[in-house]
Amino acid sequence: MDLNYSAEELAFRDEVRAWLRANLPQDLREKVENYQHLSRDDLMRWHRTLAKKGWVAPAWPKEWGGTGWNVVQRYIFDEELGYAGTPPIIPFGITMCAAVLLRFGTEAQKKRFLPRIYDGDDFWCQGYSEPGSGSDLASLKSKAVRQGDHYVVNGQKIWTTLAHYADWIFCLVRTDPTLEKRQEGISFLLMDMKTPGITVRPLILMDGAHEVNEVFFDDVKVPVENLVHEEGKGWTVAKYLLGHERMNTGRVGESRRQLARLKEYARGMMQDPRWRDRLSRLEVELTALEITNLRFLDRMRRTGQPPGADVSMLKIKGTEIQQGLAELMMDATDPAASDPLAEAVRKRYLSMRKTTIYAGSNEIQRNIIAKMTLGL
Amino acid sequence: MNFDYNEEQQLLADSVRRYLAKAYDFESRKKIVAGQGWSAEAWAQFAEMGLMGLPLSAEHGGFGGGAVDLMGVMEAFGEALVVEPYLPLVLAVRLIERGGSAAQREALPRVVEGKTRLAFAHNEKGARFALDAVRTQASRKDGRWRLDGEKAAVVGASSADQLVVSARAQESNEAGIALFLVDTGKVSLQTYRTMDERLASDVVLRGADAEPVEGGLGALGEALDLGTALVCAEAVGAMKFACDTTLEYLKTRKQFGVPIGTFQALQHRIVDLYISLEQARSMACLAASKADAGGDPRSISAAKIRIADAARHVSQEAVQLHGGMGMSEELKVSHAFRRLTVLAREFGDADHHLARFAAL
Repeated sequence: MDLNYSAEELAFRDEVRAWLRANLPQDLREKVENYQHLSRDDLMRWHRTLAKKGWVAPAWPKEWGGTGWNVVQRYIFDEELGYAGTPPIIPFGITMCAAVLLRFGTEAQKKRFLPRIYDGDDFWCQGYSEPGSGSDLASLKSKAVRQGDHYVVNGQKIWTTLAHYADWIFCLVRTDPTLEKRQEGISFLLMDMKTPGITVRPLILMDGAHEVNEVFFDDVKVPVENLVHEEGKGWTVAKYLLGHERMNTGRVGESRRQLARLKEYARGMMQDPRWRDRLSRLEVELTALEITNLRFLDRMRRTGQPPGADVSMLKIKGTEIQQGLAELMMDATDPAASDPLAEAVRKRYLSMRKTTIYAGSNEIQRNIIAKMTLGL
Repeated sequence: MNFDYNEEQQLLADSVRRYLAKAYDFESRKKIVAGQGWSAEAWAQFAEMGLMGLPLSAEHGGFGGGAVDLMGVMEAFGEALVVEPYLPLVLAVRLIERGGSAAQREALPRVVEGKTRLAFAHNEKGARFALDAVRTQASRKDGRWRLDGEKAAVVGASSADQLVVSARAQESNEAGIALFLVDTGKVSLQTYRTMDERLASDVVLRGADAEPVEGGLGALGEALDLGTALVCAEAVGAMKFACDTTLEYLKTRKQFGVPIGTFQALQHRIVDLYISLEQARSMACLAASKADAGGDPRSISAAKIRIADAARHVSQEAVQLHGGMGMSEELKVSHAFRRLTVLAREFGDADHHLARFAAL
């Protein structure tokens, strides 16, 4: 048993760390560190910096710009991004849409979309949830009707993250409402956000931030070449994405950085045993998650099998820890303070409540483990 | 990075598990507990499998095993709720190997063969988990050491031939703590059953003859950290049993015409038990690795905090999810509850280790 990275892996980590130190722009680093809003330009500037280095899409096949790193290197890279406090790489294009195109897309679709995703020319968003279809995604109602060489799309999506920045949206839509098995009538469509009939309406969350939206589709004409995989096979695509590599969902690197920040911010409170115990328990929980994550990674490297439903555990613990850290940070603010950092920290506490709800609520994650791992 | 046991470790753990499955099932264990409280036959088998020599170097007839080598054994013991005092023996032989006289070390092969039994007497009443709260006095007269004082809750003392005892001596290092080897024939024992069905004794020393074992507070701290790492592994085994048996119960117990495992309220709770178990297993790996790498008290305390919390969570929920049957002595799960309750506190409870973790 050996819990440590190999010498080569450590050298790789140091290389990534040194490069990030030298290439993460100071202004972006400070924005992230101080929980400030990141604009579309901020996000894309960082995206292009990584693209230029050749590191924006490590998991892609080499022919499309991937790095050829193994699963451990990819994990180390992701964790180092979080640890350094870079702006996030928005996953909808690089991680999600690209994975779908690489698995199910035609050659023409790959050529058309992948280079633009890589270079940051297109900003993507994800059209999954609907007002009546949250956890029960297969009940979605937005429909696409084939008319000649177009689909005509009508309906509504909700909680669409950064749709107001997006050039493109990938959507699950119902192409056949007559089938008894509702999963079978769903298709996966790509839509240009500039298409007439698409309207984006902001949904402001309790921290006052504009991050998510409602997206309305009103007789939107989508060329049939924008269908991915076969008509009616959208659920297969969606399931593939869910099972896709999710080794980084625990976000240990990011939480390590938040923990260090918190310890510095709350330095004056360390004498209080009540505070110290809360902080210590959370640090222990994070250490346990880190090792659990490495255990899964080790298993995946040696079996070559993608992580099973157990990876839901990483999402559950990871988000609980992120929320715990945000809560402690908020509790560490002087109740009488109204400086920008204290205000940002409080808003972050509000905002982080979303993490146990999004990307498959933690209750859904527990359902997945119960069914897939425990056989209940 | 590699989280698997190596082949030797796996083979040993498997052979221990096979033996326990055959000869130490719940019914056999009940008989042992109801009888003299430990099984000479099981003890002989453990020696036969090489467990007594596992923590000793080849020089003393052992296999030079570290905490990771012992982990698989401790997990298996945890699953079977073994009551024989193996861990106290491990700590005692480690201390003797480290600082024992030539004669003491020459006697170690008899321990390896299972012929001599040792235990470790450190706890005193009122000390709780403080390392240096030792009041037993050692004094030297005419070149002979004698001990006076009381040790409490010494697991395995009643079946041991000799005890490694911590005491306060004038001529000794650090905080005045020194270690001694004492024949159990020279002390008086008051033996009782612990809440987790093992035998423990209050040990009264009245001018008891003692031979010094080199090593003070440092040696004691190392031994207790090794013990901490190993109870972490044992707790993981006991928790694994509790989780698995509870899952089985959810699949078979029917109410309202369906298995109760179909109820989401219960599904989410057992999922949380398995998450606790995995988090605990990760920390047990950390503790054992650190113990082998020369010790890292902060990490070992971190592990014990997580494992103490997990032990309470898993044991309490396992009983709750079994309903009334969980309370019954007839099911092994209630015995796992008792063992896990004690394991959560052995070598320091969560509060003790939180204080140490934060101070380091």
